This record gives sequence, C-alpha cells and structure tokens, in this order.
Amino acid sequence: MTAPTTTVRVRRRETRARSGEAGGERRSPLAQTVVIIVTVVALVYFLVPVYWLIVASTKTSSDLFGTPGFEFAKFNLFGNLAALTTYSHGIFWRWMLNSIIYSGLGSVLMTFVSVISGYALAKYRFRGRSIVLAAVLGSMLVPGTVLAQPTYVLLTHLGLVNTYAGVLIPTLVYPFGVMLAYVYAQTSIPDEILEAARLDGAGEFRAFFSIGVRLMSGGMVTILLFAFLGSWNNYLLPLLVLNDIDLVPVTVGLTGWFRQSIDIPALQGLLVVGALVSVIPVVVVFLSLQRYWRAGLSAGGVRF
Amino acid sequence: MTQAVPGQPIRLADRSPGRRRSGGGSGAAPWVFLAPFIVLFLMFLVAPIVVAIGTSLFKVQKSGLGFDTASKTVFVGVQNYVTALSDPAFIAGFGRVLLFGVVQVPVMLALALIFALLLDSARTKFKRILRLGVFLPFAIPGVVAALLWGFLYQPGVSPIVEGLKSLGISVDFLSQGSVLWSIANVSTWSYTGVNMIILFSALQTVPRELFEAARIDGAGELRTALSIKVPLIAPALLLTTLFSVIGTLQLFNEPTILKNLTTNITTEYTPNMAVFATTQANGNLNLGSAMAIILGIVTFILSVVVSSVSNRRGRNS
Repeated sequence: MTAPTTTVRVRRRETRARSGEAGGERRSPLAQTVVIIVTVVALVYFLVPVYWLIVASTKTSSDLFGTPGFEFAKFNLFGNLAALTTYSHGIFWRWMLNSIIYSGLGSVLMTFVSVISGYALAKYRFRGRSIVLAAVLGSMLVPGTVLAQPTYVLLTHLGLVNTYAGVLIPTLVYPFGVMLAYVYAQTSIPDEILEAARLDGAGEFRAFFSIGVRLMSGGMVTILLFAFLGSWNNYLLPLLVLNDIDLVPVTVGLTGWFRQSIDIPALQGLLVVGALVSVIPVVVVFLSLQRYWRAGLSAGGVRF
Repeated sequence: MTQAVPGQPIRLADRSPGRRRSGGGSGAAPWVFLAPFIVLFLMFLVAPIVVAIGTSLFKVQKSGLGFDTASKTVFVGVQNYVTALSDPAFIAGFGRVLLFGVVQVPVMLALALIFALLLDSARTKFKRILRLGVFLPFAIPGVVAALLWGFLYQPGVSPIVEGLKSLGISVDFLSQGSVLWSIANVSTWSYTGVNMIILFSALQTVPRELFEAARIDGAGELRTALSIKVPLIAPALLLTTLFSVIGTLQLFNEPTILKNLTTNITTEYTPNMAVFATTQANGNLNLGSAMAIILGIVTFILSVVVSSVSNRRGRNS
C-alpha cells in the first residue's frame, strides 16, 4: 500500500481512538438535538433530488406529470429503458459510448502523462526543474472554461473542429494530475530503492516502469479517478468543438434533449431515465473508491 | 502558505540535491519523461492563449455588396476590447456573478465548515452517513445536477412547487428575481461536499494535543472549534475560497441549462456565456477571444486579491 492510503487508514484509527476516549463525557441534550436536526436537514437537502430522480425514472410519461413527485406510481422503468434504447436509433447509447471513449481513453492517457511527469519532477534534480514546477502550479489556476474558447480558436486553425481528437487531445493537459503525481512520488518512492536499482544496473526507464509505477499505484488510481470524472463532466469544450450529434458526449446530448423537451414533452421521460443511466456508472465508481478521493483531495489541499 | 504537515514529508527529495547526477546517463532522462507533458502544455495551454491574444487584435471585415462576400482580416488593435468593455450586457454579467459569489461562496463554505467540524467532532453520531450524503452530489456531473434541479424548479413536474401550491404557497424558482439564487442553489448542492472533504482533511492534520489542552483549560467543544480549529485550518479555507471564487466567475453549465426553462436567463447572463454566445452563435472569434482574455484577467486579479486579503487577515490575528 502506498503512503496516501496508509495515511488515511492511520487517521481513521486516530478518529476511532478519539471517540473512545471522549466516550466518558456526554454532550448536553440541547447540543445533541441540534446536531441531529442539522444532520437530518442536510441529508434531506442533499439526497432528496437523487431520490426524486430514481422515482421519476420508474414512471410513465403521463405519471411523471400526473402523480405526486415523491411517490412511486406504475412501475415502468423497463419500459422507459426500452424507449431510451430505441429512440432515434439508439443515439443515447452512442453518446454513452462517446463519453466512455473521451473519459476512458482520455483519463488513461492523462494519468500516464501526469505520473511520468510527476515522477521526473520529484525524483530528479535538473536545471529548469523549478521553472517546470512553477508552470505546473501556475497553470492549475487557469480555469478550463477560460481556456475553452482559445482552444476552440486554435483547433479551428488546426482543422480539428468536429473530431474526436479535438475534444480528446486538449484535455490531456492536466496540471492537477502532475501535481498529485509529484506529491505521491515524493512520499511513496524512497530514493534508496531507486539507487539500489541503478546499482543493480537498471536504466532510468526500467527504474521508472518497474519500481516507480508499482510504488505509485495507489496514487495512480486517485489521479485516474479525478481525470475520469473531470472529463466525464466536460461540457463547454465539446459544446464549442462538436457540431455532429453523433460525436457528442452524453452531457451534451442530454442537454440537447432538455432544450427540445420544451417542445416535445415525450422527451422529458427519456431525459429523466437517461440522466439516471448516465450517472449510475460514475456514482458506483465514485463511491466504491471513496478513500482514493479523500486521499487525493487532502494531498492536493496540503500542497497549498 | 506551505506548511509542514505532520506525516507528510513533502520535501523528502530535497535531502539529496546533486546526488542524482552521479548516477551517470540520467541527465536526459527527466526531460524524456517530461516531454509529453511539455509538448501538450505548450500546444494546448500556452499556444491557445497566444493564438487568442493574436486573434483578439484583429477583425474580419466584410467588403463588397451582397453577392461579393469577400472578407478580409484587418488589425484593429484594442478595438475588440473596447467593444467588449462597452457592451452593457457583458459588464452586467460580471456584476451578476460577483453578486452571486458574494452570497453563494460564504453560504456554501459556511455549510461545508459546519459539516467538516461535525465530522471532526468526536461525539457526532451518524458520521458515515452524513459524510456520504453531503458528498454524494459531487459524484453527479454538474450538467446532470442542473438538469435534475431544472425538473425540480419546473411547475407541473416539480413535487416542491406542486407541494407548496397545495399548501397555498406559490413559488416561482425561475422568476427574474429568484433565478440567480436558484442557480446558486444548484452550485451549493453540487460543491458543498467536496469543500467539506477538503476542510475535514485539513482538520485531521491538526495536532490532537491542542484540543486536549483546550479541554483541560475548560473550553467547550464549540469554543474549541471556533478559536482553535478554524484558525488552524485557515490555509485550507483560503484554498476553498479561491477555487470557489474562480468557479463562480466561470459560471456556465448551470445557467446555460436552466436557460431552456426561462427567458429570465439571457444568452449573456454570465461572462462565460457571453464568450460562448459571441464565439459560437454570432461566429465572432475575434470579439469572443477578447472577452475570454478579459475574463481570464479578471479571474487572475480576483484570485490575487482573495489570497492577499486572507494573508493580511491571517497576519493580523
């Protein structure tokens, strides 16, 4: 296991120890009540929209408008899924596939570039290192949406507008990932092991691929997750770059339906179930790998 | 700002400067490793900015009458910037996101801080469910979150609007006065969780002995939270403020999606929407580039202001 995950484990144990030690004292009943009320209100606020989405996905189009929103009506989830699959020759699944290509392929490449760069910055001293580090840190502050328009201008010059590459390649610049990889490489790869590998005759690339990559694997999962969800969320750049409805990711596709659903009410039902389907894989991955998220966010936060 | 945090030997590698070079033949290795990033960085971070600055200084002029639509590109200096800055709708967009940020960022961060303190407090029950519940919306892509709330704002579909109506209360989440706050609600719903986690992680790095000392001195839990915990996580609070301020200025997804429901959101409702509308709908790359660069500069200035104000406050206390 690598350093970040271990840290989380250790912290958790600390927390447990603390709650044990504090168990002897009791909080005043008033404070306890306030805490419970805050927790319940928070959970209602943050979870009710999700609950509504699940309920609404199981309803027929007429029930969507005709029955109370928070109550289940006639169970029509499978009917809705079938309609989603057949609508416009299955365009929805085409969009899902596009999203998987943009986010899946994109995040793997983003992770590779980030890890190899972070490793180089953390494990070598060389002239120009501090300049590269400063550039990485500085560019973390350049918001992607400000870059979207200039990137679009550049892509029109390069003739990459309305292509997969036009959306995929610009997202590969991922300074946050480089920064995370830099922190992970520093904390999880001891210099001594690299020295030993070199003494044993391993070249620099061999040392990276057989030792660096292995020791950073926990951090790599974190970077992969951030990259995947970041590109799954990408909206402005594809909206600018793509005109062809067959090339857009699911976020852009669904918002197109949302716009049309004002005139075509039948689309509202498809939109609801489509939104649910598009979220399920992300939420599952996200929640099952929660600890990597927390490790990544704290490592990212610690840097500042 | 970079503080030494226990358990995180951040500058580990600095212990052995120069040692690497003795390895022999490693001189080029770091540059080979860095090559993909540097190429991408130059191509899709530096080059777009350079191209956009260049583009913003020109203008496409249509010459000829009707049938002869030859157009040529001429250098106009800062004319596009003047046009952008004298466009009342563009400026109003900045005012709108500033108003939004002044209200939404403090509310969201206050909520995130309360939840983080609750999670950190030893005696809070239901920690796991609270953390999961508040964090879950962050897993939902911002675009889908906006669609979801869009339904909850729409009369006819929304159980909230309909429920309140049956109680005799009529609400309009999409009116001219309320729609900005409806957008703010979507942002708060989406991003409170991630800020909570960042603040919670920072709280976990605070040495436990400090709380012990405070407790022995008779400080209650609330007192400990306000006068020990909060000041100690000031750097994390600054970080979350900075990211939230930047996020506010970039506001695009939520208003663009909710725009389909109401005419109270115009095409130039936020600066980023104005950039998009000018570039895409009006096809004016030159003016759009100038607007994007103005937005970038404003973002930069605001983040410098936020960090310097926070630094000064930190020093005074």
